[in-house]
Amino acid sequence: MTQAPDPTLLWTIIIGLAVGSFALRFAFIGLMGGRTMPAWLMRHLRYTAVAIIPALVAPLVAWPTPTGGTPSLPHVAVAVAVFALGYLTRNVLIAMGAGACGFLLLFLLH
Amino acid sequence: MAITTTKSAFWKGFRDGAPFLLVSGPFGLLFGVLAAEAGLIVPEALVFSLSVFAGSAQFTALQLMQENTPTLIILVSALAVNLRVAMYSASLTPYLGEAPLWQRACAAYLTVDQSYALSIVQFENNPQMTLSQRLAYFFGTNGCVAPGWMAATFIGALLGAQVPDSWGLDFVLPLAFLAMVGPMLRTPAHVVACFAAVATALPATALPYNLGLIVAGMVGMMAGAQAELWIEQRKTGKDAA
Repeated sequence: MTQAPDPTLLWTIIIGLAVGSFALRFAFIGLMGGRTMPAWLMRHLRYTAVAIIPALVAPLVAWPTPTGGTPSLPHVAVAVAVFALGYLTRNVLIAMGAGACGFLLLFLLH
Repeated sequence: MAITTTKSAFWKGFRDGAPFLLVSGPFGLLFGVLAAEAGLIVPEALVFSLSVFAGSAQFTALQLMQENTPTLIILVSALAVNLRVAMYSASLTPYLGEAPLWQRACAAYLTVDQSYALSIVQFENNPQMTLSQRLAYFFGTNGCVAPGWMAATFIGALLGAQVPDSWGLDFVLPLAFLAMVGPMLRTPAHVVACFAAVATALPATALPYNLGLIVAGMVGMMAGAQAELWIEQRKTGKDAA
């Protein structure tokens, strides 16, 4: 287990995120009323999740933490398989099941 | 089954939302375990889930906190992951925007992937629903998901402290995110956004303070938006010809 985070940092993050994510959710339904959003903004918002989540994941797969950051073919293979299954089946549950199997495989290989 | 009363609207939402417990349960459990691994105690993990109630943003913040990222960058990155809920909020406004302020505030707190996805389909297909029926349905979709998320975080945080480092649990987070992203890639523009972000993210790790994540996310968003425009133009071009 890693060292506990600094309490000030942790609570700044928790409160900041709580306020921030509520503001994001409330911004339109609470304040915009019936007005519509500009098309260019909606067009960019549509791609936030599918851009930022892969951007977060890619380095974690390329330099996995459990190997101490050394690139590892089994880790990449499992990650690609989980992603591909999720994409092809369009089913989060199947992809999660594949992820669990893949993780077990990595654990046994280790 | 037709919705005739506010009460039946709530229970319809409740039943439609129940299967999503199979997704929010394991993710909540995982968040609890990883939070404990990161050194958070049970009440901290629980308050985190209760107050933020946004899985992907919570995972992002947890990951970046362990990489000694500056506070502001953690907040911006985690909120950026959650920008999509702003889009949900905007698209629900025509259906729920007339409700009293406190109800809209509750609805805002409960705007998550599952409640949005179910409700927007329900509202579009049933234009005869009244405002109170719509609200009841929306709150019903969260009847299982929200308590499930909190309970799972709690259990995960209790168990997490027992898990030894040697299990390599750190790698579960990228796998969970990948499982989530695969089904989100519904159009070619989504795929373009995803791969543009990945292609930028790898070299961008050289940037200080984990700024690479924000840069790569923005590149991916712009690539997706451009791809969407380009695909639309080609379509209308073909239709005209």
